[in-house]
Amino acid sequence: MKKLMKGNEALAAAAIYSGVKCFFGYPITPQTEIAAYMAKHLPKAGGVFLQAESEISAINMVYGAAGAGFRAMTSSSSPGISLKQEGISYIAGADLPCVIVNVMRAGPGLGGIQASQSDYFQAVKGGGHGDYRLLVFAPASVQEMADMTVTAFNLSDKWRIPAMILSDGVTGQMMELVDMDDLPEICRYDKPWAANGKGGRKKHNIINTLYLEPEELEAVDMEREKKYERAKAELQDWEEYMTDDAEIIVTAYGISARIARAAVNAARSEGIRAGLIRPKMLWPFPEDAYKRDVKAYLCVEMSRGQMVEDVRLAAGGARVEFYGRCGGMLVDETEILNRIKEIHDEGNI
Amino acid sequence: MKVIYEKPKSISDKTFHYCPGCGHGIAHRLVGEVMDELGIEDKTVAVVPVGCAVMAYDYFECDVMEAAHGRAPAVATGVKRCLPDKVVFSYQGDGDLAAIGTAETIHAAARGEGITVIFINNTIYGMTGGQMAPTTLPGQVTQTSPFGRDPYTQGWPLKMCEMLSTMTGPAYIERCATDTPAHIRAAKKAVKKAFTYQIERGAYSFVELLCACPTNWGMTPGEARDRVGSEMIPYYPLGIFRDICDIKEGK
Repeated sequence: MKKLMKGNEALAAAAIYSGVKCFFGYPITPQTEIAAYMAKHLPKAGGVFLQAESEISAINMVYGAAGAGFRAMTSSSSPGISLKQEGISYIAGADLPCVIVNVMRAGPGLGGIQASQSDYFQAVKGGGHGDYRLLVFAPASVQEMADMTVTAFNLSDKWRIPAMILSDGVTGQMMELVDMDDLPEICRYDKPWAANGKGGRKKHNIINTLYLEPEELEAVDMEREKKYERAKAELQDWEEYMTDDAEIIVTAYGISARIARAAVNAARSEGIRAGLIRPKMLWPFPEDAYKRDVKAYLCVEMSRGQMVEDVRLAAGGARVEFYGRCGGMLVDETEILNRIKEIHDEGNI
Repeated sequence: MKVIYEKPKSISDKTFHYCPGCGHGIAHRLVGEVMDELGIEDKTVAVVPVGCAVMAYDYFECDVMEAAHGRAPAVATGVKRCLPDKVVFSYQGDGDLAAIGTAETIHAAARGEGITVIFINNTIYGMTGGQMAPTTLPGQVTQTSPFGRDPYTQGWPLKMCEMLSTMTGPAYIERCATDTPAHIRAAKKAVKKAFTYQIERGAYSFVELLCACPTNWGMTPGEARDRVGSEMIPYYPLGIFRDICDIKEGK
């Protein structure tokens, strides 16, 4: 049955459905509903809710719980996610699965509390130190906040790559109808590597990121890189809208994509063959989506241009334009439409 | 031939990388002996620090997690909350526990987290080559206090047992030393008591061990051992700072 839920709450409910054992959180706007929902509902489901003394502690508690073999998660918003980067690097270095939620607000610094998409670089290029990647999901609706949380737990366990839900203040705060009875299936994976007390095991398990011999560390990094390459081949995920005959393709993720879709409709009604590519995962980036014959791409983001760099790399020399708002301002449907028209007129399309 | 002294089974056969006269060897052994005596090696998860004991995961035979600098109590919290029936301890040095990890240390204690913290205080950062620690004594020369620690510009040493004993969360807090056989025997008793409080009461316990660091103090092992008694113990008095059993009995 469909019910009206806030994005943050749908995400939290989906995490409980996914069998999350622990949630470690810290208050920060605009993600605090996740912690509040967990505090109320996770203990009843047999899990652990703990408000940590800091974002740093929260992510390190996730390291402990994930290292012990349990589904664990934390959530925060941009400044708090910066604090978590140390722990995220260690979690990635120890090949631990977990889910980290970033309900993005505007930065840098304290920035503001309104929605933004300016943490793309941090999420997909590795915000902490070292060569590592996260599986990065970009929900564009309350339903996807829920669905992608389940998928994030599944894929993170399967691949032993930490997952991030890269949401934003609008998607986290808005209410939409969501069907919580039709979530993706839960996939369980054995975790023989977990440090959970030896029990009958002969050898002790070690959760570690330290390799003092450079040859050894290089080999570990290279092995992980092979996994990343497999993920790039298997996990690219995107949605297309009216792209079949499109000459100008708008590309955007999350809440920007919702607004861009309306602009595409408006362009179509004016006779411009516009379409939309919406990445559902940002890492691996859906580069295959951009291998097509098209006159121009228009990348729309709530930042000064971050994903656009990956679009340019993927588009292989095709024309790529950018339109963005920042500081907590939403992208505007009319402004997107005007950019589409400008490109259309300049290009004599 | 009768064996009268042997390596604890909870300690591996790997050769320790520690310097001659270092306190870590004694501290590891005490923890290993206690794990053996309590029969808990198979149900224990150790969380080891950044610092000289960074490779302790090779020395403890139980399951081990290597934590980021200062974060061991948070990592241990994550483990213990998932596995309340297992034994979880963190093993941390003074820079790790009392500088970069002060918040994690205090709040794990405040929550009365069911873990045991073994705190190695040798008044210096050892692994990085001898810099001033939060526990470095006033006047002590280190790489980063080359004219001796001046408390008026570099701060006063933190007395962790005293600080933590003001809190309601911890069940048992004791400071011991590793400089004499009598002190080592007392330390063993304290470590065992700390683990027992965790196992029997699910309580937070904290044992500080005053240890020597001959290499970074620029002393022979003998001189360094003597300094523990002559300089450290007067500043960091030994004893039990908090014991909920005594409190309950009105002692």
